[in-house]
This record gives sequence, C-alpha cells and structure tokens, in this order.
Amino acid sequence: MELELRSITKRFGPLVANDGISLSVAPGQVHALLGENGAGKTTLMNVLYGLMQPDEGEILIDGRQARFHSPKDAIAAGIGMVHQHFMLVPVFTVAENVTLGIEQADRVGLLDRRRTRREVAGLSHRYGLDVNPDALVEHLPVGIQQRVEIVKALVRQANVLILDEPTAVLTPAETEELFRIVRQLRDGGTSVIFISHKLREVQSIADTITVLRRGKVVGERPPTATAEELASLMVGRDVQLRVDKKPATPGEVVLSVAGLTVPGEGGSKPVDGLSFDVRAGEILGIAGVQGNGQTELCEALMGLLPTAGGTITLNGRDLTHATPRTRIRAGVAYVPEDRTEDGLVSSFSVSENLILDQYDRPPFASGVNLNLAVIAKNAEERIAEFDVRTPSPATPAGSLSGGNQQKVILARELGHEHKVLIASQPTRGLDVGSIEFVHRRIVEQRDHGVAVLIVSSELDEIYALADRIAVMYEGKITGFRDPGVPAAELGRLMAGGADTAPAADTAQPADASPAADASPITGTGTPEPAAQEES
Amino acid sequence: MSTPPASPPTAAEEDAKQSQRRTFGIILRESVLEGNTVTVTVLALALAMVAGGLLAAFTNTAVLHAPAGSVPGKAWDVASATYVALFEGSVFNPHTVAALFQQASISTAIHDGYLSAVFQPLSETAVGATPLILTGLAVALPYQAGMFNIGGQSQFIGGAIMAAWLGYDVSMPFFVHVVVCVLGAFAGGAVLGWVAGDLKARTGAHEVITTIMLNYVMLYFLAYLLSSHSLLQAPGSPNPITPLIASNAHLPLIAGSNLRINAGFLIAIACAIAAWWLLNRTTTGFEFRSVGANPSAARVAGIKVERSWVLVMLIAGGLAGLAGSSVIQGTDFTLNPQSYGTYGIDAITVALLGRGKPGGVVWAGLLFGALHAGSPGMQNAASTPVQIVQVLQALIVLFVIAPPLVRAIFRLRAVRAEGAGKSISGGWSA
Repeated sequence: MELELRSITKRFGPLVANDGISLSVAPGQVHALLGENGAGKTTLMNVLYGLMQPDEGEILIDGRQARFHSPKDAIAAGIGMVHQHFMLVPVFTVAENVTLGIEQADRVGLLDRRRTRREVAGLSHRYGLDVNPDALVEHLPVGIQQRVEIVKALVRQANVLILDEPTAVLTPAETEELFRIVRQLRDGGTSVIFISHKLREVQSIADTITVLRRGKVVGERPPTATAEELASLMVGRDVQLRVDKKPATPGEVVLSVAGLTVPGEGGSKPVDGLSFDVRAGEILGIAGVQGNGQTELCEALMGLLPTAGGTITLNGRDLTHATPRTRIRAGVAYVPEDRTEDGLVSSFSVSENLILDQYDRPPFASGVNLNLAVIAKNAEERIAEFDVRTPSPATPAGSLSGGNQQKVILARELGHEHKVLIASQPTRGLDVGSIEFVHRRIVEQRDHGVAVLIVSSELDEIYALADRIAVMYEGKITGFRDPGVPAAELGRLMAGGADTAPAADTAQPADASPAADASPITGTGTPEPAAQEES
Repeated sequence: MSTPPASPPTAAEEDAKQSQRRTFGIILRESVLEGNTVTVTVLALALAMVAGGLLAAFTNTAVLHAPAGSVPGKAWDVASATYVALFEGSVFNPHTVAALFQQASISTAIHDGYLSAVFQPLSETAVGATPLILTGLAVALPYQAGMFNIGGQSQFIGGAIMAAWLGYDVSMPFFVHVVVCVLGAFAGGAVLGWVAGDLKARTGAHEVITTIMLNYVMLYFLAYLLSSHSLLQAPGSPNPITPLIASNAHLPLIAGSNLRINAGFLIAIACAIAAWWLLNRTTTGFEFRSVGANPSAARVAGIKVERSWVLVMLIAGGLAGLAGSSVIQGTDFTLNPQSYGTYGIDAITVALLGRGKPGGVVWAGLLFGALHAGSPGMQNAASTPVQIVQVLQALIVLFVIAPPLVRAIFRLRAVRAEGAGKSISGGWSA
C-alpha cells in the first residue's frame, strides 16, 4: 500500500501545528518522522489516523483520495497506530484486548475465544512477537504490552503501522527487540511510520528520515545522513539573533553542581551524575536536543524533584535538600520552561502574579495582611519597567500574549534579590521582538554580576547568549565549549558524540570575541513571523 | 469611539451624539445579553421558579380534576398561591402588618407580640440560613484552594457532638458557657477536616473519597454515642437523644423572646466576612487561591501546597462544626440522629449557587433558608407539598451549574474567558 500526505495543514487557534506537510511512504519501508517535542509529529499522525481533521490538504492511499472521519475509517483503510500511551485494558487477557471492538461471535452468539487465541498465536509466531494470548495484560512488562498493541493493529489488517515514540518507555534491550520486530514487519511488506526525537534510533531503523520542525518539513534524508546534520535540522537556525554583549568578566563560582543525579521512572536517570559551575557575571548555556534531561535538571535545581545523589551549592551553601522557598530566598531566580503551567497562575491578575513568590514578605505583607496598595504600586512599576503590554494590572495573566507573560515572569524573578538566574527555554514560542527583549535582560543580569544558567534547545539562543556552552545528552554533559565552536561540532555532541576537544569547563578567557560575531550560523530558513507567538 | 471636535453643532456632531446614545443602548443590551455569571444566575432562578410553578400546579388534584377549559386558570391560581405563601412565610406577610395597626396602641401591640409577628418570617429565614451559610462556607473555602469538601455532614456532627456534650455535661456561667460550646464545636469539626486534609497531604488520598467515608464514620459514631446511657444518651430516655443543654449554653436571642433568630446568625455572617477577608486580604488566602488555581505554579513559587490543603480543610471543618453548634445551641438544644438533617449535601448546593465565594454563599444560604421557612405555609395555603421546595432548590442549582443550558434557552452569547461554568468544572480535577 502506498500512502501519501499532501500539504496537510492543521491549526489550533493561532498556532499552526502542521504547516503544509507533504510526505509519502512507500510499501515495505520504515519511514521515520524526526523532530523535537512540539514539532507537530503527533498532530500529523493524529490527522492520518482520523483522530483530527486537517484544515487543508489530503490523504492519498494508492493514489486515491481518502477521508478519515474517525480512527475506524483509518483502520478500515489499513492504518494501525500504537500510541505512546498504550490503549489496553489491564485486567483483560492479551486475546481479549486484541479482539476488543471486533469480537467474533460463534453460531449461538457467544464470544469465539478459541478462534481469537488461534489468530493471536498465529500472528505472534509469524512475526516472532512471542506473546501469550492468555496472559493478563497487567502482568506483562511494558515491552510486551507494546507488542500486544502491534498485534492489535495487525489483526485489523494494518498495512501501515504508526509507532508514536515507541522507545520512550522501553529499556535498551526491549528497544533492540522492537527493532527486530519492525524489520521483520517491513520485510513482510508492512510500512512502518516511526516517530521519534532520538537520532541514533532513527538512524539505525529508518529507510527514510523526514525531519519536522515547527510544523514544517525541513528536510528528507537517507539514514546515512550524519547525526550532526540531522541534529542541526531538528533544532534549526531560523532567526539570526544578535545581542550586543561585551566580553564576560567572570567572578567567583556562585552556583556549583556536582555529581547531580535525578531518578526517573523505572530506574532510569534523566540526570546522570552531572557537574558544572556557574560563575558570577557569566552565562552558561546548556544546549541539547530536548528530552535529554534538561527539564529534570532545572526542576532538581529548584527543589521540585528529589535527587538521588550529588550536591547543589550556592555561594558555598548546600542547597541540595532545601525547599523551593529556601532556594528562592537564598537568591535563585527561576524562569520555568512551561510558563503557563509552572510560571504563572493564569486566572490571577498581573499584579498578583508579580508577587507570587514574594507575597508573604515585606513590603507586600505585614503580618498576615496583604498590603494591597504596595502590591498595586509594585505592579505599576514593574509593568512600566518591563514594558508589559496589559490592559491593566488587574487583567488575568492568562489573557496576555506569550511574550508579555514571559515579561511578567522576568519582572517578578528579577524583582527580588538574586545571585543566580536559571532560565529554561526562555524564549520558546515568543515573537522576535520579545525574544530580543528577553535576551537583552538576561545579558543585563550577567553584566550586573549575576550567575546565569540558560537551558535552551535553540542553538541560536545558545550562540547569542552563552559565554560558555555545555552540551547535554542523555542526562550527561558531553562537553563544554566556547561560543566560537562550529554548529557541526555542537551537533555531534548533541547526538552523543564523544568529547575529544580540550575541555573548556573553566571560565572562558576574557578575550573571547562576542558570540554573535563568532557565530558561524547564517539564516537558511525563513525568519519567523510574529504571528507564531503562542496563544 | 473618537470624541467629536469642539465646534458648533454640526450634522457630524449630531451623528456622533446619536451613535453615542446608540452605543449606550447597545452596551446595556450587551451587558445583559452577554450572559455573565450574574445574569445567568438570575435567569436560572427565574427558570427554576417557572418550572417549579408548573410542577406545583400540575401535581395539584384541583388542577388535574378540573374541566379542560378551566385548567390554565386553576393552574395559575395554584402556582401563584404557592409562591405567595412561600413569600409570606419567608419574607413578609401583609396580614401581620394589618393586625399590628388594628391594635389600640403600639406599645400594647409590641407587648402582645404583634410586632414580632411582622418580623417572624425574616427571623425564620435567618434561622434556616444560619447552618446553610456555615456549611456552605465549609465547601466554598476548600473549593478556592482546589478541593471538594463533601464532608460537611461528618464535620457538622463532630461540632454538634462537642456543642451538645459541653452544653449539658459542664456547668458554667452564661456567655462563658456559650463561648466554650461554640469553640468546642469549631474544634470538633476542625479535627475531621484536618484528618481529610492531612490524609491528602501525606498520602495523596483524594479528599472526595475520604470526606465521604468520614461521613459514614461519624454517622455511626453518633448512633453509638446516642445508644448508651453511659455515653451521650439522655438518662432514662429510651430514645437516641442527648439531655437538653443548659440554658446558659443557649445562643442568645437577638430580637426578643418571640423570635427564634439568635447569635448563630451573627456568627455565620461574621464567618462569611472573615472568610472573605482571609481569602482576599491575607497571605494565607493568597496561598489558598494560588494552590487552587495552579498548584504547580504555586509549588514553583515556593508555596507549601500540602500545608495549604491541611489548613484549609481544618478551617472548613471548623466552620461546619459551627453549623452544628448553631443548630444545637440555637434551635434544637439537644442532639439526636435528625439534627444533622441534609446540611452536608445542601452545603454543596449552597456553595455551587454562591459560586464558591463567601458573599455568594451568604445570598445562596439566605435564599435556601427562605425556601425552607416558607414551605410549611405553602403546604397549608396551596396544599403544595413541601417536597416541591426541594425540587425547586435542585432546579435552581441545575440551571446555575449548566450555564450553556440557560444561555441556549435565552439565546445569550457565551461569556469570554472565564465562564460561569468554570466555578463548577474545576473542582474534581484536584
């Protein structure tokens, strides 16, 4: 079966999740969709599987146009999908799960269990899936549950199998098993669409790789393409950012992280023995493809995740087990990655959000009483200082644009006394104007002697801001570099390449040229329109 | 719109004035049509009244057996008589005023209780509203912190046990005794609220489940206490009932000996004001509201989310305990298995109607108190069964919590941003 998508466009309000995506999947091929979180991979597959209707574009099967109003239509057309989160009934057996919704009845109307079991056993044998039809799903390990999902699709005669981030929940050994099964399916003539953001896996399993970024196809490459090339395609280099910035004058070490380990689900370690120092008056940029432990690192630094080992010290004070409040009071300013979820209370007014972590301290409170007049005055000052475009200080913060929400967070975090600024993806989803504003403020902080840690998956941002670059891959830092490093070298490190260059993990020399000038990147993509700002 | 230039009245300026007038009219119409929360609530009340009237009329035998032609007239008579009786029983009865002025002099009228009779409906409304306001606050306050307190009943019982026990078993001078009983009731309810809050904070047990289960625990604990003479059962009584509390422990009457309105009503109003102050003017309230609106942002900002859960449930339990005190010390003076009535469930209704805000809870409590106060008269005057009042209550809340339904009926536009439904929808996600 030949599958083709033609200029699929899907919008969610002002956000364009899929922007004219075209893709064709040949029979008996493993076609990988590579892209960061939020690049539009899952949306595209939901469109293909009939869970969402595209706003524009069409789906062609063997050259004929197909319309999927629901997954039922997609299944009838021979498309199967294994979701990232399995859709299985834990208390049912494998056979029962497989036949759920397509139960076969015998002549007297009872469930034909024998036939189902036979079918499952047959398929299982043919593709080397090795699943027991009578096992209860809740007793099966995750890797086997995934195979049950695959059997489910195969029983429904799927010719195209979509695997959405299939390795996210698997151990390395289970991943190897999955790859074996995928190859066997491919050799049997089934097409597989393999969604992932993991370069290595995609390279080892795919016949064709399509890279998505911000809802667009940015390139199609054979699996022989280098990891560096794929990485730089994924993170992109859309806008050329220039920040006027004097050479850094690093001082004493302010934030020191040593051997930090954060435990994850099922024995994984999203942050695995990470060490770095940030000095006063310098910006350390942590680069890397998203999902390599950056989120967990920031949350552990703020005391939002428990740590399994290592220390976090601020000016010599051990904060490893301190509460978030203690860290804030000790002088940590934090701009979280997810601003609507972690940074703001959307239903609160701008002025309330501006005191969200200072509400119980003078001058905003005396005893238990809130000083409304002081809070209002603070709001007016901050709004003016940070140029927050809001109808009034009483406007709910959730109704502001993304850029203005971020300004509110910056105004709050930079408003209280702080020695270190941790900013995670500080300009994600912002328009160019807001990006400039945020970058200027961050550099200003550095010049005032604040130790700044920037975590960003945007290479341009790292180049524009960082005085030193650390690259993170699978919970570890694969190398420290100066901002003059070529993008290809960073790409290699982001793909897990070994650190061969001399370490630059001491403070960079004072004579380093400004990052923007040294940056080797040139705009190959189109400049980002302001309309792309988050809703 | 732009201001017209300052020049002699020109055609253009006339137009501008015209459009200004039009704009005002449009604004007024839009403010009604937009279907904001107040409009929706008022319309929901109206709809429920209409539905209730129809129900009263068409369950009435006089209407059902009337000849076909006279059905609409008879139905109207029954429905209007029902609502008139409801109003006279809960707010104001013109006959009592007439009786007042037929007396020889005002002083004898007051002495003979004619003046009290004028205010009796309002007094009954206030008495009925008191426990509803207090238990309503016990739901509304946790609601602001993102929790759903279904345990009004158990907390009420906890407070009532303390009020009754301290009321009859201890001897103290007047006022001191009242205060001791009231504080005891607060503590009795607070303990139960704290248990639910602490369970959630420590183990993540959902407060909806734990509070519902605590309701059963307290229900049977009370039955046990009332079943033994060595515990709370009145000596010599075969019935599950406590002894009468000492008169020193009665909540003082505040409008003369003929009216039942007592200090409990003042306590309820004071609690509502305190709850408003707590939520909107204090750091603790700021924590509650942040935790309720976005717990993860609150946590990132250094707020101790678990501490807020425990504290808000403790206060809420105490408020429900005070409702127990208002019943035991204000009207019943003894505790029996009927004392807790349906306050636990009514509290949720009151809090929903009041949109989880202290001020709203007071209005909702007064409305439901009025419906309770007026229902006996309704049964006498129009032979409408008192259960109609419960149906009416249910209908009001049904319409209020389903704003899209009301908007659809009246063809209103949906409100921007935070709709009327928001106050309800969030509660269960915590």
